[in-house]
Parts: sequence; structure tokens; C-alpha cells
Amino acid sequence: MIVAERKPFDEIKNMVSGYKKVLTVGCGTCVAVCLAGGSKEVETLNAELNLAFGKDKIEFGAETVERQCDMEFLAELDAKADEYDALISMACGAGIQFLAERFPNKPVFPAVNTSFIGVNLDVGWYEEKCRACGTCVLGLTGGICPVTLCAKSLFNGPCGGTNQKSCEIDKDQPCAWYKIHERLAGQDRLGQIIEISPPNDWSNQKPRKVIQPGYEERVKALGR
Amino acid sequence: MKSGSNLEKILKAGHFAFTGEVGPPRGANVEALREKVSYLKGNVDMANITDNQTAMVRMSSWAASIICMQEGVEPNFQMVCRDRNRLAMQADILGAYAHGIRNMLCLSGDHQQFGDHPQSKGVFDLDSMQLIGMVKKMRDEGKFLGGADIDGPPELFIGAAANPFAEPFEWRVHRLAKKVAAGADFVQTQCVFNMERIRAWVAQANDMGLTDKVAILPGITPMKSVGMAKYMKNKVPGMDVPDEIIKRLQGVDKKNVADEGIKIACEQIEEFKEMKGVAGVHLMAIEWEHKVPEIAERAGVLPRPEV
Repeated sequence: MIVAERKPFDEIKNMVSGYKKVLTVGCGTCVAVCLAGGSKEVETLNAELNLAFGKDKIEFGAETVERQCDMEFLAELDAKADEYDALISMACGAGIQFLAERFPNKPVFPAVNTSFIGVNLDVGWYEEKCRACGTCVLGLTGGICPVTLCAKSLFNGPCGGTNQKSCEIDKDQPCAWYKIHERLAGQDRLGQIIEISPPNDWSNQKPRKVIQPGYEERVKALGR
Repeated sequence: MKSGSNLEKILKAGHFAFTGEVGPPRGANVEALREKVSYLKGNVDMANITDNQTAMVRMSSWAASIICMQEGVEPNFQMVCRDRNRLAMQADILGAYAHGIRNMLCLSGDHQQFGDHPQSKGVFDLDSMQLIGMVKKMRDEGKFLGGADIDGPPELFIGAAANPFAEPFEWRVHRLAKKVAAGADFVQTQCVFNMERIRAWVAQANDMGLTDKVAILPGITPMKSVGMAKYMKNKVPGMDVPDEIIKRLQGVDKKNVADEGIKIACEQIEEFKEMKGVAGVHLMAIEWEHKVPEIAERAGVLPRPEV
């Protein structure tokens, strides 16, 4: 899932000061699961904002849609958004932008910082796993991503700073390549990392679109 | 000859190579740089010119390499993957070669968080292995990484680093093999303090036939003080400092510790001179350049051969 963290309160407060009616929009998917921007967090943020501004100064509304990254769900807000002169989005960066695209005449402010694509380690505890680089090498690296989990995104083994089992940046951060070696050794697949990995194709350096096979005609018909 | 560099000639003639290192200044203080280089002149075959080492901004390594050349010492232009993408790397390689630089060392680079701009974006477009391969392709095929022809390919002697001390140890020699396969002509190692480890590593490299293909130069760093030895043991990632070294330094009178450090370094050099598969040593006298003439003298590597 996409993991986000709420922005510092003062930053959010400064963005909305000066408006009269502000709608805080939550998202019921990733950011709800990671406790950053679901309906519960919308309630909490509005309570804090009400306390800071006073109810007569700014009126805060609350709505949470299933997914802000889907126009179908954003359409539910069409009637409501008109009543407000600014929107706060608690979705990830994708949701925030789609909300802003849906309501191009309204200022849209982010209430979270989108952190990473990651996994749930425990309640409230998440770890980054994928940088969406577009050229997955997990098949070669024993299912451990060197782009994400090596601080230098190295493709051909550890750097000189590999420190026993740790990364040079932090004793608590495992060396990704140590882990890769360990896992592949356990599977008797070390031969895979003897070969040189060629320079990567950084396809994430330009805006990307994906059209799944079989959907090209449909996309063409939509004219987008 | 691949490059015709002094180091390449020294190695080809079968001499025991002795290389040094200079860190460029934190500014445009050319005189300070010239002074550091002057201590190495005639005492080393080549001097590594570090590239924003420990992720601190310094005079660029190619520019400092040119100044080093002007002072009569052959430079080893270091390049890290942290600060440049493949376009800038190739451009700097061509520029360095055009100015007469003939050796380069391909490194990952310390992570930017250690330096004076910890918020910076680390580039790491290529890793050190891919950088080695790119320089080899530029030299041997006369082609850019992207495939286009180079109008005047850079004929460089390609260096790489090795850390024989990291875990898992059995993987270390395979890391060396990979660098050799990528195109490394010479390898300079992490500072050696654990002699037992490096003996085993060189023996493995001999067994795999790697030492016939690449010149191995173990890194030598004389300890200036007990504090330095403890710092390197505990704070510098990838460093392996056995307790015996610290005990030995602690065992001498305080004013003789630096001398004892040099003595240890010289003993190591003596052993490497006799070690099968070792082609020379690389002296990293960190902020101790003025001691290089004395260390070279005491290590019995002077005069440097003319080739």
C-alpha cells in the first residue's frame, strides 16, 4: 500500500487560514489502513482545526470517499464541494492531485506527506519496500529490492560501507546486499549475483502511463 | 599498453608499486594542494585524488588531478557514483583524459548523509561495477554507454576498490572477480589492519586466477594515535581493526605512538612485498602527507623506479 504521514499541524493550519468554509476529504483506502488519512483522521484533524480557529471563523466539513484516485468516487463530492471555498485532502499524492483535477476552481491543500510504497509490520508500523522504478529485479535478488533497501540503490552487490550485517547509514538498517546474499545462499542460487547487472533503465524519470493489454481501443475511444 | 600511465608501466615492468593519496582542499586553496602533492613527488608512482570524500564538498577531483600533474605526480582520478549521472560521468572522463589524466578509480562513494549536505539527492545512476564497465567500453570499444562512437576514446588505466574485510567473507573474492570481469586493471583495498584476513583473501584470489588479471594493491594507513585506531575500529563503516593493533599502540610511550603506527605500516609493507599475488601497496596517510617521504624511506620503497 501507499504509506503517508500527516503533515505538522501548523503547516496545515497556515494553508487554510483565510478561508471561510473548508472541506476535509479523507480517503478510505491506503491512507486509512496506515492511519494517516481515513475518516477517523479526518475527524481528528477537523477537531484540532476547530479548536485552533474557533467555529465561527472557519467552518470545516468532513467527507471520506472510498478512493480519491478514482473519479467514480470523487463524483460523489460534486454537489458538496460547491459549498466550500477550499478543500483539504488527506489522500496520498495521487489522490490529492485527482481531487484537484476534479475541482479545478478550488484550492486543494495536502494534509499528509506521501512517504512510500510499503508493508504493514504491525499496527502503526510500516516499512518501505518499492520505489516503483519500473524495471523489477526481484527475480534476481531473492525477492529483496536493492533499489529501495540499499541506500545507494546498487545493482551489483554491497558498497565498501557494508558493516557486518548493517548498512553504513545506520546500524539498525540491514545491508540489503547482505540479506540478498543470505537469502540466495539459502536457496542455492548465488550464481545469479555473480553475473554483472547492466546499467538500469530509469524509466521512472518521466511521467508514466499504463494501459493494460486489451484496453488500448477503449482508451482511444475515450479520447484521452 | 592500455593507457601508458606510469602505474601501468611500473606494474608491467614487474616493480612493486607504491601509490599515495591526496584529498583536495575545501576551497580553491591551490597552494595547500600543491604543498600536499609536493611531499609525494618522487616518493610514489601515482597519487589518488579523492572525489568529495566522506560526502564533503571539495575541489573537484579532475581539477585537483590536473594540479597534481603540474606538480610532477601522476594522479589517479577518483570518481564516485553519488554525485554524477552517466552523462556527467562520461563528460568528466573525456575532459580528464583530454588534460592528460591516465588513471581513474571507480567508486560508489560514501552516502551523502555523512557529509555537509545530508539533504542532497544521491545520484547513483550507475553503481561502481557499471562505472568500471562503462570506462572499459569507452576505452576498448570507443563507444559511449549509449552506444554512439566516441571521437577520440579515453585510454585510461581502470581502478576499482575492494573491501576484503566485510561479511560474508566467502563472498569477498567473488566481488573482486566481478570487478575484474567488469574491466578493472588494478584494485586498491580498504585500509588493511587485519593481516590474517587479507592473506586468506589474496590466497583465494590466487586460486581463482584473478591475480593474473588484476594488480592488487592493499591499502596501508599508518595509525597516528590510539584515538585514531579506536575511531577507525568503532566509527568507520567497513573497517576491521583487530584489538592487537590497539594494544600494540597502547603499549608504547605516548610520544612514540605515531612512530609505532609507522612501524606497523612498514611491517605490513614488508610482508606484502613478499606476498604472491600482491603487486604493490597503496598508502593512505590521511592528513599526514608530510610524513610520506619518511614512510616511503622506512618502508624501503625508494627510490621509485623510472619506467
